[in-house]
Amino acid sequence: MEWFDRLVFTFFNAGVAARYLPDIVKGMGVTVALGLCVVAAGLVLGLLLAVLRTLHRPWLTLPIVAFADILRALPPLVVIIVLFFAFPYIELSMSSFTATWIALSLVLAAYAEESIWAGLLALPRGQSEAARSTGMSWWRTLRFVLLPQALRIAVPALTNRVISITKNTALGSVVALNEVLNNAQSASSNAGNPTPLTLGAVAYLIIFLPVVLGARWLETRWRWKR
Amino acid sequence: MDAILQNFFNLAVYRDVFGFLLRGLWTTVWLSLLVIPIGAASGLVIAVAATQTRRRWVRFLLAAYVDFFRAFPPLVLLIFIYYGVPFLGIDLPKLMAVAIGFMLNNSSYYAEVFRAGIESVPGGQAEAARSTGLTRMQALRHVVIPQATRNVLPDLVGNSIEVVKLTTIASVVAIPELLRVARDAQSLVYNPSPIVLAALMYLALLWPLVRWLSRLEHRHVQAR
Repeated sequence: MEWFDRLVFTFFNAGVAARYLPDIVKGMGVTVALGLCVVAAGLVLGLLLAVLRTLHRPWLTLPIVAFADILRALPPLVVIIVLFFAFPYIELSMSSFTATWIALSLVLAAYAEESIWAGLLALPRGQSEAARSTGMSWWRTLRFVLLPQALRIAVPALTNRVISITKNTALGSVVALNEVLNNAQSASSNAGNPTPLTLGAVAYLIIFLPVVLGARWLETRWRWKR
Repeated sequence: MDAILQNFFNLAVYRDVFGFLLRGLWTTVWLSLLVIPIGAASGLVIAVAATQTRRRWVRFLLAAYVDFFRAFPPLVLLIFIYYGVPFLGIDLPKLMAVAIGFMLNNSSYYAEVFRAGIESVPGGQAEAARSTGLTRMQALRHVVIPQATRNVLPDLVGNSIEVVKLTTIASVVAIPELLRVARDAQSLVYNPSPIVLAALMYLALLWPLVRWLSRLEHRHVQAR
């Protein structure tokens, strides 16, 4: 059983775990706060862009499509690094939290815009024509008839995106943001033992497993209701 | 404006580092070509096992595996493997750590895609194939999986694009892919132009793929 003791000592060391638990918990606070900020800003911006696109003005549509394409093509870590390491050279310094928040929000907005727009396109033309012919304004048609249906169609794509982009908060560790992964890494190098990394892994599961299961539940519920 | 040109689009710096970054881009490409087939193949195996078995505990274990790695940030997984495993006295080359981390993470995503594909093929297809005398494996291989793959082709392409973007996290364990060499170049020339050039290279590589994916999705919706 020597290897077993070694495994426990290395990855599940109670002494090390107790010493560094507060760091990990603090990191969880940062990860959750960042995740919530990203989801809020990203979804609102994405929705706004999709609505603007329904105006069918080329000078609006073109920049929106370019924005969505570029942020879906660029790796999120590259966006974070450009914001954090390159922007200070043009007098635009920001904290690692702000850089990660802006980068991930923009990426989420790009995907959300595409999903919501796809949802709007999937609706039959008759929906908007009927609403307009009852005398509803463009805005009321969008607000009460088109968007509620489009959002329902977009939900599975949106939940998947939200999960994968909030998980990317771990990328903040590359710009020394004091979230779970960063704290776990510095703790494990201080301790000379990877137990804090195990704690970090457990912390991520505590945060994200409910999200993944919740998304699964939401998707099945949606399917049943149709 | 001048500061932007000087620091983001400095042509003199671009000329100096272009060859260096191109080698990084090449590493990104072959790293992707290594991990995408591994992830897709293991995902397909998981999906086939999960949809074909009648044992509930096997289904449960596979679903748990998929959810576990979907909930786990890939960077956390990579760091855990790269920094944790050597503590056990096992010497793990960094490329191996990346390959294992990507396999665990990607296989769960590909498994979800393939599972949706297999479930989208009507049961009558497999039954008809079986009644012509094909074995179960043959029916899967020649009838069910080809249709399943075609039904979820946009998702497979989308997933693979995400994997290419994900190779940037290999920079954290010092694999000299595009992002890593760009950051090394930046610290050599004291100018962030190499990072911006790397971003442009990622765009050049991935934008056509993103456009192609959009068209693929559009055609797919219309074909239904």
